[in-house]
Amino acid sequence: MADYDTTPAVLDRAGLAALVRVLAGRGRTVVGPTVRDGAIVLAELDSADQLPWGWGTELEAGRYRLRRRDDEAGFAHSAGPQSWKTFLHPARERQWSADRDPDGQLTIVPDRPEQPAYAFLGVRPCDLRAIAIQDRVLAGGHFADDGYRTRRSGAFLIALECTEPGGTCFCVSMGSGPGVEAGYDLALTEVLDDDGHRFLIRAGSPEGAEVLAELSTDRADEATVTTARTTVAAAAEHMGRAMPPMDLRALMGDSLDAERWDDVAARCLSCGNCTLVCPTCFCTTTEEITDLTGDHAERWQSWDTCFDLDFSLLHGGPVRSSTRSRYRQWLTHKLGTWHEQFGSSGCVGCGRCLVWCPVGIDITEEVAALAEEATS
Amino acid sequence: MTPKLAVFKLASCDGCQLTLLDCEDELLTLAGKVDIAHFLEASSAVGPGPYDLTLVEGSVTTAADAERIRRIRAESKHLVTIGACATAGGIQALRNFADVAEFRSVVYARPDYIDTLATSTPVSAHVDVDFELRGCPIDRGQLLEVITAFLAGRKPQIPDHSVCFACKQRGTVCVTVAHGTPCLGPVTHAGCGAICPAYGRGCYGCFGPAGTVNLPALIPLLRRDGMDDRDTERFLRTFNATAFAKEAGS
Ligand code: SF4
Ligand code: SF4
Ligand code: SF4
Ligand code: SF4
Repeated sequence: MADYDTTPAVLDRAGLAALVRVLAGRGRTVVGPTVRDGAIVLAELDSADQLPWGWGTELEAGRYRLRRRDDEAGFAHSAGPQSWKTFLHPARERQWSADRDPDGQLTIVPDRPEQPAYAFLGVRPCDLRAIAIQDRVLAGGHFADDGYRTRRSGAFLIALECTEPGGTCFCVSMGSGPGVEAGYDLALTEVLDDDGHRFLIRAGSPEGAEVLAELSTDRADEATVTTARTTVAAAAEHMGRAMPPMDLRALMGDSLDAERWDDVAARCLSCGNCTLVCPTCFCTTTEEITDLTGDHAERWQSWDTCFDLDFSLLHGGPVRSSTRSRYRQWLTHKLGTWHEQFGSSGCVGCGRCLVWCPVGIDITEEVAALAEEATS
Repeated sequence: MTPKLAVFKLASCDGCQLTLLDCEDELLTLAGKVDIAHFLEASSAVGPGPYDLTLVEGSVTTAADAERIRRIRAESKHLVTIGACATAGGIQALRNFADVAEFRSVVYARPDYIDTLATSTPVSAHVDVDFELRGCPIDRGQLLEVITAFLAGRKPQIPDHSVCFACKQRGTVCVTVAHGTPCLGPVTHAGCGAICPAYGRGCYGCFGPAGTVNLPALIPLLRRDGMDDRDTERFLRTFNATAFAKEAGS
């Protein structure tokens, strides 16, 4: 039994606006979905008015379109161009700088800027799982990333159960959605029916319960609880895609010489978009930068991925010089060797990699083809 | 010994060497670190070679320049080519796909005054080049990085990946996926910071092909997004026309 109140409550849109105010009042930087440049992106929010009320998305492999909805739903969208890693594991971060004084003495100053205390509004179940996966990679083990750990431990997560999965979602087959059970501070379910537009909200942590107590909410009525539960359950039946139900890890291990890699390599641009949008891909490169004086140096960490030739550059050249080998690395790491390294799959079924691949290479389709090749 | 810096120009618009003058905040520091021995755009005072670091802008379009670049190479310990002209032949390499004699007779009142080669070629087609810095024009920060790396004796940090990497890093919404706008980002070398997509336009390929390119896979997308054969050809035939033509296998 939790030592805080987990009784579900109901919020209307004004209540959601109050939630944003309460979080900001507690000194948090609220980040959530909003419309920008023809997509629903994640950005800092000043008020709940900036949420994408009435906007939906139409998703296909290699295609994303915003669509006006018939209703005012605020969270009926998925697979945006960013994930929360943009905030927890930013694209570029300085790690330290060093100065040499005229006597040749070096002073090295680690970068420990004050990290924002984030509140993430609308974390999908797949993304909640992705954050848990990045926690193991970046905050666990011997080589924790300080910046990540600080931002993550201070972050307040408001999960959002999925009621309307996109055409590219397959969280059910990856076991990560469409409902949430744990790992959040607050969980929301958006309900839109004849009784109005409202949110079922429940606490998942003491701080979540505290925030909830600051809002004037009504205890959830039986009808709202039931509608929320049945819509989420129904969402599981409406996944746009599915990963083949099989031991993917074994399939990856058995497929290293598959012909399918040549087929996909002929279509793949090696542009890196899939890895950059993937909420679990964590790879970075390190740059040491000097200035013209030669007395000042800085170390920067920035996103890099296995689609970059330099990623596998050793003495004599890149180890993975062909697109075949780079695509294979992405897929076999994601679905295969990730288990050995981090104890789970690296895919949560969010569908971003296939939506934001310019040529629409679909991970579920590639896996199905590999599976077929393996059994034929 | 203060290293000697030289800047030379072949067939080009001067935009890339101007980038060096454009480094206003760093110019004074740079002048303290190198002896700017030859840089006609900044000063007509010319110091003799050999030069430690030579920056070459422009492509080879005349027999005289083909000869001159050999002399420049012989006088340079390190030779770095800057910009699309020097690294890929530039926009003037469009002549490589056409008949120069015909151009000459149509454009000039006295064609016999014009002494030119049939092609515009990158410097690397004539002499060994130590490093190629791409762009039309080059990026100021990247130029400083190349010079700084040279002074520190390290490799310049100039990534070889696609514009898409930079586009995603800066959080731009992909114009191809979300708007159906043709974009050369997936086949273009990073370096500009993905400026065009950030303003809702497709990438024009100013930096030429990335380190690893699959141009045939991109063509169907350009078609889907409304480009016919002629549009596609024109899209690829700008500042790095010959480099993209090589990638297209044509
Ligand atoms: S591999 Fe694709 S579907 Fe899976 S988590 Fe990454 S982006 Fe999402
Ligand atoms: S798939 Fe590639 S970019 Fe992603 S975590 Fe693995 S090696 Fe890194
Ligand atoms: S699979 Fe798609 S997004 Fe990934 S590198 Fe290839 S073309 Fe780019
Ligand atoms: S807008 Fe262009 S450069 Fe940016 S990700 Fe899309 S295809 Fe790549």
